[in-house]
Amino acid sequence: MNMNSNNTRVENPKRGASHLLGVFSRKPWIWAFLAAGATYLATLVVVSTSAGAGSLLYAALTFASFSIIVGVGQMFVVTLGPGNVDLSIPATMTLAATLSLKFMASDPTMIVPGLLIAIGVGLACGLFNFALIMLLRIPPIIATLSASFLFQSLAIWSNRGLRIKPPASLADFATGGTFGLPNAAWVALLVSVLAWCVLEKTIAGRWISASGQNTRAARLGGVPVNAVRFGVYVGCAVLAGLAGFVLASFSGGANLNMGTEYMLMSIAVVVIGGSSIAGGNSNVPGIWGAALFMFLIVSMLNSYGLGAGVRLMLTGLIIVSVVVLASKRGRKV
Amino acid sequence: MVENQNVIGTEEVPIITLGDAGVSFGPVQALKGACLSIMAGECIGVVGHNGAGKSTLVNVINGRLTPTSGDVSYDGAQSVADFRNAQRARESGIRSVFQELSLCPNLTVLENYRIPYRNMPIKGWRKNAASAVLASLDAVFPDHGIDPYSVVADLPIADRQMVEIAIAFARRDIDARLVILDEPTSSLDGAIADQLLAYIKKFCASGGSIIFISHMMGEIFDVASRIVVLKDGTIIENDAAQNFTRDGLVDAMGHVAPDDQTRGADTKRRDFGDEVLRMENGLNACQGEVVGLAGLAGHGQAEALAKCFLERTSDWSASRNPAVVFVAGDRSRDGVMPLWSIMRNLTLQTLVEFSRTFLVDRKAEQNIARTWHEKIGIKTDDLNNPILSLSGGNQQKVLFSRALASSAPIVIMDDPMRGVDVGTKKEVYRMIRSEAEKGRTFLWYSTETDEILECDRVFVFRDSEITAELKGDEITEENMLRASFEMQEAGE
Repeated sequence: MNMNSNNTRVENPKRGASHLLGVFSRKPWIWAFLAAGATYLATLVVVSTSAGAGSLLYAALTFASFSIIVGVGQMFVVTLGPGNVDLSIPATMTLAATLSLKFMASDPTMIVPGLLIAIGVGLACGLFNFALIMLLRIPPIIATLSASFLFQSLAIWSNRGLRIKPPASLADFATGGTFGLPNAAWVALLVSVLAWCVLEKTIAGRWISASGQNTRAARLGGVPVNAVRFGVYVGCAVLAGLAGFVLASFSGGANLNMGTEYMLMSIAVVVIGGSSIAGGNSNVPGIWGAALFMFLIVSMLNSYGLGAGVRLMLTGLIIVSVVVLASKRGRKV
Repeated sequence: MVENQNVIGTEEVPIITLGDAGVSFGPVQALKGACLSIMAGECIGVVGHNGAGKSTLVNVINGRLTPTSGDVSYDGAQSVADFRNAQRARESGIRSVFQELSLCPNLTVLENYRIPYRNMPIKGWRKNAASAVLASLDAVFPDHGIDPYSVVADLPIADRQMVEIAIAFARRDIDARLVILDEPTSSLDGAIADQLLAYIKKFCASGGSIIFISHMMGEIFDVASRIVVLKDGTIIENDAAQNFTRDGLVDAMGHVAPDDQTRGADTKRRDFGDEVLRMENGLNACQGEVVGLAGLAGHGQAEALAKCFLERTSDWSASRNPAVVFVAGDRSRDGVMPLWSIMRNLTLQTLVEFSRTFLVDRKAEQNIARTWHEKIGIKTDDLNNPILSLSGGNQQKVLFSRALASSAPIVIMDDPMRGVDVGTKKEVYRMIRSEAEKGRTFLWYSTETDEILECDRVFVFRDSEITAELKGDEITEENMLRASFEMQEAGE
């Protein structure tokens, strides 16, 4: 059980080149950023103009933002320990986007209530997930997966194939930028900073980490573990609702499969970003590196003009190698 | 150097020889210049404080650690520093039972036997393994009642320890010649521990060797033919057991531990406050009282304590004035947060109490950690080191501090002294006493009689029920044993 404590002690104290590695290995998020940087440079070989380079980065930041917002939520859930994952993120995004855009009906004065609706839908979805997990004692993976069918059906039922445009000012905001950064990235940055503060500075953050390492020990150490799980699942769904709102505003309306790719994306950015899938250990900066990497890898392979099959295979291979590299760091924290 | 070498002819080759072996982990020197050779038929008792280097010594012998200086030779062979000592140790018949239980909880008993026995013939291995484990269990612990097909996680901790010991003695392709027992009796109750000690004597008489690590002096003197005393990573004494006395040994370890005179009559006759706790099974406690839970290990004491804690705290909110706090005995299951630093582990319970907002009060946190670092003597230079860098006993001190730092009026302790050395135990007894006099109530489950004798009132458990309530002078080992076994005898 406790073998790891001894394994880490056996390592020989080496100096020099491996010292640098040692510094890196204490910052697990570094690998995600290295990978993102390398991919970016590799793309620049083909896109040689400086305007192209800038716009690639801008696009990467924009599209990464959505992954970051949902990834942060997923990170909290994954931190709760093995078996905890929220698979209802795509459906929650779709439902929140559909309902809020329908409510706003392209009316610019309704933007704030619309946002509140999106957040409210997230809240409701999170509550529903938690109720399934807690009251009916269904494993989180099954609970959130089955809940996602319900959410998706609700979205289909309310949407009925209509595509309602977001209010013009909201669409302008979502597609625009401030101080050279896309507005979506600012939203993601705000979310990340908040998440980081929660994890590092608050008692709740300690509780989340403790519950993820050993729920029983946490409970016996005075941690209200149910409240922690409640907060995490609801928080994750709220972030998914927010991401759905911003994404729909960005892409000119909600559609029923807008969330699909974020199911695996949200988990991928958490893992590549260096958070421990075994729980207890989370990592906010890594999510940025990982989200940028996930976008850049696709655009790199696209710009090399490779076929779809090769592209997917390479994506898979590269992700695997980054995860292997990042997990080589042992269990140092 | 070795005096009791009355073994004949070809057995003159030591099973293992350490020549000036040292181990350092970065700046920490865990073992310095250890010289030791072990002959067949010897039982070596190893004593020392928490962090004195006992586990390191053992890990060098069983090959898990390769010494960073000096050499190790098995069966008189040339020593080679090639990180393959674990294999050599295995081929020399060296087996270990660790202090932290190291069975795989999700596997059955016989599957756990199969893990170290790598080249076991595949045909019909389950049956063979089951009979080998059962034979060994029967030999070491007669009347154990353990089914080799049961999953380890379903066994109580005492049974798990018995299984682990039995596996170490079990028959394999290479027979056990040197078995290392690192605190094997810490989670066993008296009767079972006696069975083990008897078996150790038999094993040594038939030419096997034992390294026996324990904090219980009585056991050491009972079985050991030679005693090795470790202090700060150095072997300071290595002599035949008859050349030591109990007091001499404690002195050699370097702790001034006053004898049992501290248990004065005044503490016994104290008046207690109102009843602060009563449970369905009749367990009750008054303010300022130290209530002991005795009985054989695994008879529902731990469950009663967990229930008591869970009933009085919430899954949904943390109170600024918690009613109870918990000190875990099964560290890895109930206590330690393995990814965290010592400080974070220490302050988990008091985060809410010592913070006025929803933020962690870093200053208060550091103060608490520093206070307890000194008060209870946690052996570390830096409280930001990971908790797993501490030895078992020191981890236990952190868990103690976590609970005692809180202001909760009731403290629940689930066999909390496992792996804690004598000096620290005395220190903790004193702390418990003074806290009790200030009005705190303690519920204390222990498998060790000495600790139960410290209590004001004792409930004896058997089959998850209270069979006796002992007060004052009635608290004796004899009474406790009688209450633990009474119903068993009546039933048979």
